[in-house]
Amino acid sequence: MSKRVGMEIALAAAEAVALCRPDVVAAYPITPNTHVPEHLSDIVAEGRLDADFICVESEHSALSACCGASGAGARAFTATSSQGLLYMAEIVPIVSAMRLPVVMIIGNRALSGPINIWNDLSDIMSQRDVGWISMFAANGQEVIDMAIQSFKIAEHRDVMLPVNLNMDGFQLTHVVEPMDFPDQKEVDEFLPPYKPYAAVHPDNIVSMGTLALPEIFNEVMKVKDEVLKNSKKVIVEIWKEWEQKFGRSYKPIETYKAKGAEILLLAVGSMVETAEVAVDEMRKKKVSAGVLKLRLWRPFPFEELRRAVKDAKVVVVLDRSVSFGGPGGPVFSEVRSALYNEAKRPVIINEIIGLGGRDVPVSDFVTIIEKAAKAIKETPKEEYEIFGVRGS
Amino acid sequence: MKKEKKWPEAWQEINPGCMVLEPGNARSYHTGSWRAQRPVYDNSRCIKCGVCYVFCPEGCISQDSDGYFVADLDYCKGCGICAHECWPRAITMVEEG
Repeated sequence: MSKRVGMEIALAAAEAVALCRPDVVAAYPITPNTHVPEHLSDIVAEGRLDADFICVESEHSALSACCGASGAGARAFTATSSQGLLYMAEIVPIVSAMRLPVVMIIGNRALSGPINIWNDLSDIMSQRDVGWISMFAANGQEVIDMAIQSFKIAEHRDVMLPVNLNMDGFQLTHVVEPMDFPDQKEVDEFLPPYKPYAAVHPDNIVSMGTLALPEIFNEVMKVKDEVLKNSKKVIVEIWKEWEQKFGRSYKPIETYKAKGAEILLLAVGSMVETAEVAVDEMRKKKVSAGVLKLRLWRPFPFEELRRAVKDAKVVVVLDRSVSFGGPGGPVFSEVRSALYNEAKRPVIINEIIGLGGRDVPVSDFVTIIEKAAKAIKETPKEEYEIFGVRGS
Repeated sequence: MKKEKKWPEAWQEINPGCMVLEPGNARSYHTGSWRAQRPVYDNSRCIKCGVCYVFCPEGCISQDSDGYFVADLDYCKGCGICAHECWPRAITMVEEG
């Protein structure tokens, strides 16, 4: 039987990871994700989880330790934020290239500088093209559910890839919410013990992390791309299994009042629910607006996106990071290129909001929806803007 | 020179994570093809000290039944360290080709 508990989401994330019985946890504390490894170390110290908690000296070592542990056949977990993720960056693409199912929770935080500990998505967007499965949670319940799903997805024999699960720093990590926890038996049934494809062991010799010369490198990168693209099928299957077992539905793109809506806001993470409140307000004013929640970032759900926007007149993509000197925000860039070859496509505009923890109230989304309504009649000249910048 | 190991015919044949599941198969990759110069031994100067064997980074130098040293040209990359270290000057690097 599941249990309903009010808890800080970072602590809930640690409890959910503990339910997955990881063998190795290696992490280095960094705001705002600190409570995840801190609480896991408590759980290990209390004897509730039989895992090796490795107090490493850096994030570079944290992911290196997880890489080695996973290569030896352990279920390995780490967590980080912002500069910590950048410090891991050398190891990040190696873990995916080695097909090691490490799971990482990222408490998303702005990259320095100037130094800022609050939320945006510039950390994960810097690690976009590294071959990991990447997903966003919008609330505490999703963090719990997706943490458990992540291990099953990562370890599936047709996937064997690392997963990063993103939860907005502070907006999610430090918020107390009521959440349903599945019990240990239910998680054990859903997530059997990890059976590695191969593990480093003297009795079964295998070499991992080998050199690849130019004569083979194109083919190896082709594999990396195909495996990640094909993982979507498994992810969707595992989400269906979750829904059957636990009653909560997960899809690559989820919709809120989107059917037949003229204006769609496409958002990720915690701001999705704020956007939904704004849509409710605008619906009262007879504005035809809805929300698309982009849950799966890599592999990118191209077909699902095309289906979701086919009847819309305007799609406003909400980004929480900037591709400086580039096309606006990274989510916008992806959405626009996904729709470029469509015969009929909506006007696509980009609002970059909530950088470095700047508050994103419902009224901001109302303003954005009003602007989008004007864009139906006249396509705006500016493709993107950083919303609410003083002086502009 | 022995036949070189072929590359996988297609990307689908690559092991997951490029894992090497067959121990010791580096032997089937003949790095001798990288060589621009080969070591030539003058055994009249060789004192059988084995310094070439010790320093060879490829581990491709071995001792023959008479106690002299020979480089396995399937694997010798022609780096010249053996010739550099050989103080009786028994080894000369000679251009390939």
